[in-house]
Amino acid sequence: MKLKKNIAISESGFVFNPETGTSFTTNSLGVAILKQLKTKTSTEGIIASIVKNYEIDETTCEKDLEDFLRILSQFNLIEE
Amino acid sequence: MHSKKDITIAVTGLNAIDSPGPGIAVIRGLRESTFYNVRIIGLAYEILEPGIYMDGMVDKVYQIPYPSSGFDAMLERFTYIQGNEKIDVVIPNFDAELMTFIKLKPHFNKMGIHLLIPTKEQFEDRLKGNLNAFGEKHQINVPKSETVYHINELEEALEGFEYPVVIKGKFYDAYIAASSEQAREFYFKVSAKWGVPIIIQEFIKGNEFNVTALGDGKGTLMGAVPMRKTFLTDKGKAWAGISINDPNLIKMADEVISKTQWAGGLELELMKEDKTNKLYLLEINPRFPAWVYLANGCGQNHPEMLVKLAMGEKVAPYKKYDVGKMFIRYSYDMICDLDKYEKISIHGEV
Repeated sequence: MKLKKNIAISESGFVFNPETGTSFTTNSLGVAILKQLKTKTSTEGIIASIVKNYEIDETTCEKDLEDFLRILSQFNLIEE
Repeated sequence: MHSKKDITIAVTGLNAIDSPGPGIAVIRGLRESTFYNVRIIGLAYEILEPGIYMDGMVDKVYQIPYPSSGFDAMLERFTYIQGNEKIDVVIPNFDAELMTFIKLKPHFNKMGIHLLIPTKEQFEDRLKGNLNAFGEKHQINVPKSETVYHINELEEALEGFEYPVVIKGKFYDAYIAASSEQAREFYFKVSAKWGVPIIIQEFIKGNEFNVTALGDGKGTLMGAVPMRKTFLTDKGKAWAGISINDPNLIKMADEVISKTQWAGGLELELMKEDKTNKLYLLEINPRFPAWVYLANGCGQNHPEMLVKLAMGEKVAPYKKYDVGKMFIRYSYDMICDLDKYEKISIHGEV
């Protein structure tokens, strides 16, 4: 799974899709995940980095990430 | 450093109201020209068009007769105006006046006034009622549509469509009807306001995009900026928008302009279908849109380029524009003294 290459992400959590003109906001964890998705990190790799840096167990993290990725897909931010 | 050329340009569409005409946006572009030093002649149909009273926009204003007053009234008025002003270029900005300007063009040319506007054929080809034929002729993807001239024809015409359908006026207005009852209701609503025909159009579920573009009349796309509306008024007009980067939209603009040999400014209304990502051409508006100043903000001065083309200057097409530039309209109450209002009311010019 990879983020569309032209999606702009700012450190403040503002996300802009220049192809559609739509914009979104996310928190710092969202920014970290999006940045990793830009470089095509595996979901396992993303989970590992979140578990390492945040107080969260792997199962909860996997479930939450799945939800987040589904939202990204709904918003057309993921490459087909 | 070169000195700027003096030029006099007349512009209509000074109605900067809640559903604005493009005149003020066009004038702002012209005022920012690096090539011309412009004198702007405003052409107003109504004496309360805000552009008459706005600071720094028009140098002089003439009231002109409505196109419905007839060709002769318009010609007489322009003969008078050109007797006072040496107008080099006229930029008409309303759909409803364009046919009169097309007819006036040879007379304007004799008076030394230049225009870059579509031909009668180009203008009529893209009329909403002719969209199907336009799509077929130029191999451009358009939604299925049918033209209805009488309420008795409506039911039969609707049989060829799945609900919802879009019921459109010949110039303005569009409603989405979910049933034949609603379609009847909208037929009467739209035809009471704009007359017949009304257009029944296939409903495409997706996102709407708009492109402001300029054609040189020889098939070259001279500039194009695509935009997505981000805030709409209750009339469905853009109150805010953002420039976007979608090469398919530019490709569509290029196709329309090259295949039609379009001369002048235009706005494309396009729909990208959710399911298929297919792009449909919904409408071609035969003049700059009211949001054309966004193109200036993105690095393309379309009004200036139109004037250069009309004057026969050599120009290269714009190839780049800034993505992610926004426009947001606002309302603003001007306080005006009575003298301008008095002059335009009494003398028809100020």
